Amino acid sequence: MNNYLNKTYIILDRELNGYFRTPLASIFLLVFLALSSGMTFFLGRFFERDQADLTAFFSWHPWLFLVLMPAIGMRLWAEERRSGTIELLITLPVTNTQLVVGKFLASWIFTLIALILTMPIWITVNYLGEPDNHVILISYFGSWLMAGAFLALTSCLSALTKNQVIAFIISSISGFVLIMAGFNLVLSAVRSWSPNWITETISSMSFLSHFSRIQMGVFDLSTLVFFISMIILCLWINVQLVQVKKAD
Amino acid sequence: MSRSSKVNILSDKLINATNLRKSFDQFIAVDNIDLSVSRGEVVGFLGPNGAGKSTTMKMLTGFLEPDNGQIFINNINLKSDPLKAKEYIGYLPEGAPSYSDMIVADFLSFIGKMRGLSNNSLSNRLEEMANQINLKEMWNRPIETLSKGFKRRVGIAQALIHDPDILILDEPTDGLDPNQKHEMRKLIKRISTNKAIVISTHILEEVEAVCSRAVIIAKGKLLANDTTKNLENKFLNKNTLSIKVSNKINNVISKDIKSLIKYDEVKIQKTDMSTYTILVSENNKVPNLNTVLKQINKLKLDVIEANFQKLSLEEIFRTITSDNNSK
Repeated sequence: MNNYLNKTYIILDRELNGYFRTPLASIFLLVFLALSSGMTFFLGRFFERDQADLTAFFSWHPWLFLVLMPAIGMRLWAEERRSGTIELLITLPVTNTQLVVGKFLASWIFTLIALILTMPIWITVNYLGEPDNHVILISYFGSWLMAGAFLALTSCLSALTKNQVIAFIISSISGFVLIMAGFNLVLSAVRSWSPNWITETISSMSFLSHFSRIQMGVFDLSTLVFFISMIILCLWINVQLVQVKKAD
Repeated sequence: MSRSSKVNILSDKLINATNLRKSFDQFIAVDNIDLSVSRGEVVGFLGPNGAGKSTTMKMLTGFLEPDNGQIFINNINLKSDPLKAKEYIGYLPEGAPSYSDMIVADFLSFIGKMRGLSNNSLSNRLEEMANQINLKEMWNRPIETLSKGFKRRVGIAQALIHDPDILILDEPTDGLDPNQKHEMRKLIKRISTNKAIVISTHILEEVEAVCSRAVIIAKGKLLANDTTKNLENKFLNKNTLSIKVSNKINNVISKDIKSLIKYDEVKIQKTDMSTYTILVSENNKVPNLNTVLKQINKLKLDVIEANFQKLSLEEIFRTITSDNNSK
């Protein structure tokens, strides 16, 4: 078991360092901080709202992640397949599950770093007023969980192709469908031909409705289970895809 | 029952593969290949492009699962215990892929850690690799900035980092200049004494230079599996005498030779600027060297070399693979 975790950690370590070896990490962090604060102040009207909370900050996260998470995750498997290094990885004495989990965790931790770097906005709101820090903490955690679901989805889809751009596009589109799952745009396409329970299931998979509950400080078990099982499902499919597509 | 089957399976072969078969859709890439390699052997895997060399190597290293057949690595079934079996193998995939944004030292230590080396033995091995494979000057450079030759060496180093019993190298000298090729072959020879090594190549001189055995495959089928010496002997053309002379042979002398030597076929070829080769053949009979030499002496030609025509491995290879194609 120890050995098992150890190898997963070595993969994680290499992958996480990989973000910082190229300018990718700094560019990404800059873009993330610029966009998230830009949206908070200009689109979210942080000051005009005149309320001591971070709703203006968190409500944009699903849309931000829709573009930024595929940008982080698109290379995870597509690049291994393009450069042929997947052959090195698979012939090492490790399981595909260790590889998939290690890589995913690296990208998830990188997102955590990005989220931690937005802390000044939390400090600002505490300086200006008296926000409910409990709600903010839950929102941060929920945001990170949602980012994990986006990343697991991207990681899984990036195993389908050798082309990072294609991985990015299909991940963004799938992410968009999942965000919008609770909205009429998606539901009306399904409702006409499917039984009610399918429509209900799809609508319950909406990232947006789960996340908006978290933002209000309501963190129920179903939301936690939803995001965690989403991550596990995507990673499980990811492992299967690596097995099937490795030699293509 | 179980005891006898165990005895059958256990062998001193480090690689023991039987009835390997792999197809992609309709295309059969590898068709019923058996291959076994013992410690100390260097097996050259020869074949034209697309013959199934890489596919076979990918199966031996556990990257691809064969549709049929079994692979034992050091008596461990690769299918039932892949993690254990993979520990014994060092593998250089085709094109020597590596993480190009990493520096050489980090890349090798990543592979070393994944191979389960402890910190102590890892730093020892890294130092050995730096010296043995001459990577010292490039040690802290990103792999993407290295020349092809150095990238290949990094590939070899990652395959060797855990000092494996089995080395599988897919075209280790492809794309290297002649000096680098020579270096690489010297390296393979040096490390070959206590390992089982399989190298694939389509360069025949490489097999002659480093391999103790050649396995020739084409269109997924195994066509020959023998020591390089045996292959050459088997294909020694004893019906043809080849005599090299250091004289110019013009039409007049040529006619004289042909009228003097009483054998089925006499051919005269220009070898280079100053030497000619006389090829004497007799169907189903070995020409007598003495007789032929005496006859040539009458013409006052200076013989500098006389032997039975020897087919080079290249010619053997062409004969075997084209035979297979015409079938």
